[in-house]
Amino acid sequence: MHRFANPNRFLRLAAAIVPWSAAATVLLFGVGLTYALVLSPPDYQQSETVRIMYVHVPAAWMAMGAYAFLALASAVAIVWRHPLADLAAKACAPIGAGFTAIALVTGALWGQPTWGTWWVWDARLTSVLILLFLYLGYMALWNAFDDQSRGARAAGILALVGVVNLPIIKFSVDWWNTLHQPASITRIGTPAIHPAMLTPLLLMAAAYVAFFVTLLLLRTRAEIAARRVRTLQIAHSRGPAAAAMHEPGYS
Amino acid sequence: MSGLVTILRRDLALASRRGSEASLALLFFVLGTVLFPLGIGPDPNMLARAGAGLLWVMALLASLLSIEKLFQADWEDGSLDLLVLSGLPLAGIVLAKTAAHWLVTGLPMAIASPLLALLLNVDAKGVAALSLALLLGTPTLSLIGAVGAALTVGARRGGVLLTLLVLPLYIPVLIFGAGAAESAVAAQGARAHLLVLAAFLLAALPLCPWAAGAALRQSVE
Repeated sequence: MHRFANPNRFLRLAAAIVPWSAAATVLLFGVGLTYALVLSPPDYQQSETVRIMYVHVPAAWMAMGAYAFLALASAVAIVWRHPLADLAAKACAPIGAGFTAIALVTGALWGQPTWGTWWVWDARLTSVLILLFLYLGYMALWNAFDDQSRGARAAGILALVGVVNLPIIKFSVDWWNTLHQPASITRIGTPAIHPAMLTPLLLMAAAYVAFFVTLLLLRTRAEIAARRVRTLQIAHSRGPAAAAMHEPGYS
Repeated sequence: MSGLVTILRRDLALASRRGSEASLALLFFVLGTVLFPLGIGPDPNMLARAGAGLLWVMALLASLLSIEKLFQADWEDGSLDLLVLSGLPLAGIVLAKTAAHWLVTGLPMAIASPLLALLLNVDAKGVAALSLALLLGTPTLSLIGAVGAALTVGARRGGVLLTLLVLPLYIPVLIFGAGAAESAVAAQGARAHLLVLAAFLLAALPLCPWAAGAALRQSVE
């Protein structure tokens, strides 16, 4: 586990992955969006509004996936005192919050023509809104302490507490019989969704994953750089000799 | 065990000597509830419809208002360090302090709720369910709040932050708590809702003190 705690090794790894994942993001979004918005057929019931689904569903998946990563990284940071995991979790939170916001906004845009309302207090919608608040609380807690490592650990514990929300989101459509339709992609047995629609959906999901990986690596890199700058500033204020001594360190 | 009982009695003694602070939550609960008929109009039917939900929201806010101080005062005067160093299990310390918090805030609110429910014209069938739901739900609120309070010990703008952290986690309790009175009024029986509230409490009893204990440990490091 601590093999990857070395920031220089991580930076080399990130530098190797980022060009590929960025290229994959552009390519998959290009193909996926074209397929989803132009080539795929309109739904027999929802007509053209079904295309919102191709943006909405993968965003909702990634909102939960990013939170799972956030919680996992927080657990690693708490158990092994892994400094890079803390930074990765911090870098992950705004991305996850962004995905959650996209899911909520596109859901509202789709709900207006389909259900006739922008918002209902249904279990799925409410639990996703809670997810957004959890992300915001995590980010606020990180920045609420003068001592950064204190904020990191407090936020990590909050991330683990918030995991209870993930199964609630997942099963909300099964436990409560409300407006949001139940899961149809992972249904076992008869296919619930036609390949002409499943293919662009999966392409878009892959695009979102590649986008997430790229952003996460870039943001983690920025966090490492910011931490280095702070260390150098502290060292510099103690005199140039100390600064030279601290040059290779980062935390 | 005796150490934890000592903490519980200490917190209760502190609360009773500081009188006003302990009754603040109850006072907030009562006064806030009284504001609603003035704000949304005194129509008995509307109040009967909204009453249980209003009381639950007020209970949430009152619990939140008082939980902020759960560890803050001990942290400021240094007794939190002594508690952590005492060798008692941290989860036990949290549990004892949370129990004291519930005894001075949640329990009085549950006891006062039938009277307020009558003022809000809540149907008689719903009143018992409402009080029982508050009795089962407010300890869960105190436990969840304790996690938030432990996380924000020593934070800048801790109160606002605590609201952001804790209110989302309160929502399930609110939904089933208010649902209990509603289904009792609708003659469907509140049993299912009360059982879910009991399940929340049973899940929160071991998990929340554990998480709050972890948060406390890193706050005094």
